[in-house]
Amino acid sequence: MAKTHVTMKVNGAEVEGLVEPRTLLVHFIRENLQLTGTHIGCETTHCGACTVDIDGMSVKSCTMFAVQANGSEITTIEGMANADGTLSHLQEGFRQMHGLQCGYCTPGMIMRAHRLLKENPQPSEEEIRAGIAGNICRCTGYQNIVKAIQYAASKINGVEFKEAAE
Amino acid sequence: MIPGPFSYHRPESVGDAIKLLSSLGEEARPLAGGHSLIPMMKLRLATPGHLVDLHAVAGLKGIRRDGNSIVIGAMTTQHELLASDEIKASVPILQEAAALIADPQVRYRGTIGGNVANGDPGNDMPALMLTLAATYRLEGPNGAREVMASDFYQGAYFTALEPGEILTSITIPVPAAGHGYAYEKLKRKVGDYATAAAAVVLTMAGGKVATCAIGLTNLHETPLLATDAANAVTGTGLDAASLKKAAAAAEAIMSPAADARGPVEYRKHVGGIMVARALQRAASRAK
Repeated sequence: MAKTHVTMKVNGAEVEGLVEPRTLLVHFIRENLQLTGTHIGCETTHCGACTVDIDGMSVKSCTMFAVQANGSEITTIEGMANADGTLSHLQEGFRQMHGLQCGYCTPGMIMRAHRLLKENPQPSEEEIRAGIAGNICRCTGYQNIVKAIQYAASKINGVEFKEAAE
Repeated sequence: MIPGPFSYHRPESVGDAIKLLSSLGEEARPLAGGHSLIPMMKLRLATPGHLVDLHAVAGLKGIRRDGNSIVIGAMTTQHELLASDEIKASVPILQEAAALIADPQVRYRGTIGGNVANGDPGNDMPALMLTLAATYRLEGPNGAREVMASDFYQGAYFTALEPGEILTSITIPVPAAGHGYAYEKLKRKVGDYATAAAAVVLTMAGGKVATCAIGLTNLHETPLLATDAANAVTGTGLDAASLKKAAAAAEAIMSPAADARGPVEYRKHVGGIMVARALQRAASRAK
């Protein structure tokens, strides 16, 4: 099958590649661009481990072809740290609140939470839980993931983070 | 899981999309949000030789008011429906249902056109379209035509779409001001298709149901309009006996498949419960 030339902006850098039409975006990101922070979990659009940010949308990159992302602007987990290399509020939140155990779902969780907080900087706990409903974690029971996102929301809004009483 | 090989086409007009689909024939499939088709392709349950991606086609997106109707472009995403003030004000049941479809990531990509045109009995929007008396605009090599949603569904994955045709927009008559609405969906988990779901749009007058329409999701190989059930409650105050009658009338037309969501008897039973709950909740919202 003839390959198609694609260009896109990934984490601020212009990238290009030759892809078959059937190449899934997640494979292009991991194999062509060698950005392996974006994980492949279920491969069936359920788990959200492959979530990336495309043109202001959270997208499961296993359910989109790389050719469809031609010309788009993408952020992956590798683009989430601050410019000076320090952790972003969300990354810091996941670290401080123990928002991960095995870490497999974490890149997708952070990418989804990133867009959620852009659209709704002060989400309620219920809104956070609904917002990450497309991301599955099999370790933590979500409690600390929710706290991690609340932590980040507090930092973004410049207020002190207070953990809700258990 | 990697799909089989195919050629990718990205037309920029409805005319070009139709030309491609017509000339490429049965090997070609239109690609909207792709969240039904791409998973099927990964499982090799679908192996189209050509994909005609509709994302670059001008004029297929957007929500606008046209007199007493709302016109929704086929490539409008579920996320865009949820964000629309026009939908919130005029046809809020669409937002209630959209929020129950899949998950946030899927809703950024999944489109209303794909949802209604695919003919999947598990999709939520078709039953709403029957309930709202919507019409679909189908455009193909022989021109454009309008088809009532109630005439569109012929069987599981079989619709009125002819070869080379695509569904380009949906027109919904705006329900009466002060109408009540509810979409009750029983599902096993986030992202699942309905075990059973019921849509209700009604108006009340003096504490009694004045007009009522009821749609059913995933309880037959096509979406259903439960006309007898709606008639059973019209003129009543939704007392227990009337609700029971409506549920029974709805159950009488259901013929769900027995699958992982439960045996036929269970799915019909909970289908009746969804009807009763949707009626009550819709009535409580009516002004």
